[in-house]
Amino acid sequence: MATQTTTAAPATARGTGRRAGRSTGHVRSERTNWSGTVVLVLCAVTVLLPLYVTVSMAFKTQGQAVDGQAFSLPAPFSVDGFVQAWNLTKFPVGAGISLLVTAGTVVATILLAAFASYAIMRNWDHRLFRYSFYYLLAAMFIPFPVVALPQIQLTGRVGLDNPFGVILLATMFQLSFSVLLFTAFLRSIPDELEESARLDGATTWQTFWRLIFPLLAPMSATVGIFAFLYAWNDFMMPSLIISDPALQTLPVRQNLFQSQFSNNYHVAFASYLMAMAPAIVAYLFTQRWVMEGVTQGAVKG
Amino acid sequence: MTSIVTTGTAAHAAATAPPARRPRRRVEPLYYLLLLPTVVLFTLAITVPGIIGIFFSFTDSIGIGDWSFVGLTNYVAMFSDPAILQSYLFTFGFAVATVLVVNVVAFLLAVGLTSRIRMKTTLRTVFVVPMVISGIIIAYVFNFLFSNSLPAAGAAAGIPWLEISLLANPDLAWVAIVLVTAWQSIPGTMLIYIAGLLSVPGDVYEAADLDGASRVQQLLRITVPLVAGYVVINVILGFKGYLNAYDIIVGLTNGGPGTATRSVAMSIIAGFNGGDYAYQMANATIFFVVAVLISLLQLSLTRTRKAS
Repeated sequence: MATQTTTAAPATARGTGRRAGRSTGHVRSERTNWSGTVVLVLCAVTVLLPLYVTVSMAFKTQGQAVDGQAFSLPAPFSVDGFVQAWNLTKFPVGAGISLLVTAGTVVATILLAAFASYAIMRNWDHRLFRYSFYYLLAAMFIPFPVVALPQIQLTGRVGLDNPFGVILLATMFQLSFSVLLFTAFLRSIPDELEESARLDGATTWQTFWRLIFPLLAPMSATVGIFAFLYAWNDFMMPSLIISDPALQTLPVRQNLFQSQFSNNYHVAFASYLMAMAPAIVAYLFTQRWVMEGVTQGAVKG
Repeated sequence: MTSIVTTGTAAHAAATAPPARRPRRRVEPLYYLLLLPTVVLFTLAITVPGIIGIFFSFTDSIGIGDWSFVGLTNYVAMFSDPAILQSYLFTFGFAVATVLVVNVVAFLLAVGLTSRIRMKTTLRTVFVVPMVISGIIIAYVFNFLFSNSLPAAGAAAGIPWLEISLLANPDLAWVAIVLVTAWQSIPGTMLIYIAGLLSVPGDVYEAADLDGASRVQQLLRITVPLVAGYVVINVILGFKGYLNAYDIIVGLTNGGPGTATRSVAMSIIAGFNGGDYAYQMANATIFFVVAVLISLLQLSLTRTRKAS
């Protein structure tokens, strides 16, 4: 029962940890921390409670939704809220535009940042490339609100007050962080690898696509995840840049329930659920990447 | 667009630089093609609007039509405008409170999730969910809970100050905003702390165990100092992010009651319709200077950490 056993702990803890007293509690890694488990489960409940309310409200009838019992289960079960939300928010259009903005931002961010980072790192001895790196990085100092007003005016003037303008701006705001990640990674790729590809007769363009870009994949995943979460969930930029309400993204369409229809709670929550579900489902399937991506992004950036 | 490399010091440096160590390699044209479109787009999308914004902050423009230069009038007016001062006070207070709440809770959750608990994977999956949900939608859901469920619970429990919505209370609405922002941003912070905690080698704790250090002593004397670098990252990244608070506040209070919870970002944006375009551009310029100062602080802090 001493510290030497810690390496075998995972196997033994399950068997012995269950009923053991607290007297030797300071021996780490020995037994299940039940009090910790209970506290964390309670914390998890506070995370799940708003989500539970969203789901249960969404399946209620209008009558039950306004009875003031937010935490009750839906009875009877109704999909009326979804049907109305689908039509009121023009869900297929909103989802399509959100998808376009998100896919556009993810692809543009990964490609432009990877291109620029590769060019910068391979020509570091040239001033143009070196200064471009610092120039692109400087955007980390500029939050969107600072340049929002002139951007609203400019995008309006050149006909980009639509989802494409949002793709352009969102990509530009993601650039500095992404270039930082890519260049840090490119620095760790040995030159010899690339030289051997050149000796085999590959052009720069071929070397990039066949050798460098595949090697960048883990960083591309990180960059893509950040771009996805930002573009899919953002309210501020699309609400300010896209001038035609018919072309708005899903999060912006939800403000419908703050002004009109403000008492149709079941419709509002059905709509919220439909807007948040795609990101949650995507997260559940890719959670390892998401978690690693966030960690990498913060530690490197 | 490439003015940044051709002007001033760069040209000067080129003229006086010692002969290059090796003959100047010709850059393959493809590299320009890979880099320059991005630099051009970046300049048009961010640099040009930034310069336009600073330019108009010295005018009396209302966004359209004629304008004339007014010098520093906007800046002078800003520093004695109670609405502006209040928005900065609120935004900084909110950011400090949120940083504290988020980092304390996220750190404790990370300690819990890296200890020997049951359902570790499931719990971690659940804790990260808020990170992937849109801030505005989270705010709408909580808006409903704060204005309907919480007052109902307050009435049932006989707590008078809970019977009116937290969001309608000018003194307490900020608490609701801190809570919801924390709810959403704890996961990202927590993941970074988990990475930090996992990087601490296990034998450090074994040695502490042998010396008879208690769990709390180990946490305060070993864990906290060893993850201090992660604390710096989380505090600064978080603070910078919270200063730009917009979505969650719009969804919860829309700046109200009155202007009690109006953030700097919200007052800048309000300048677009409010007719004080130039005035809010001065505000944005000051806000930019604040953001730069904080980023420089971040750079110097992370530099010294890496050096030590």
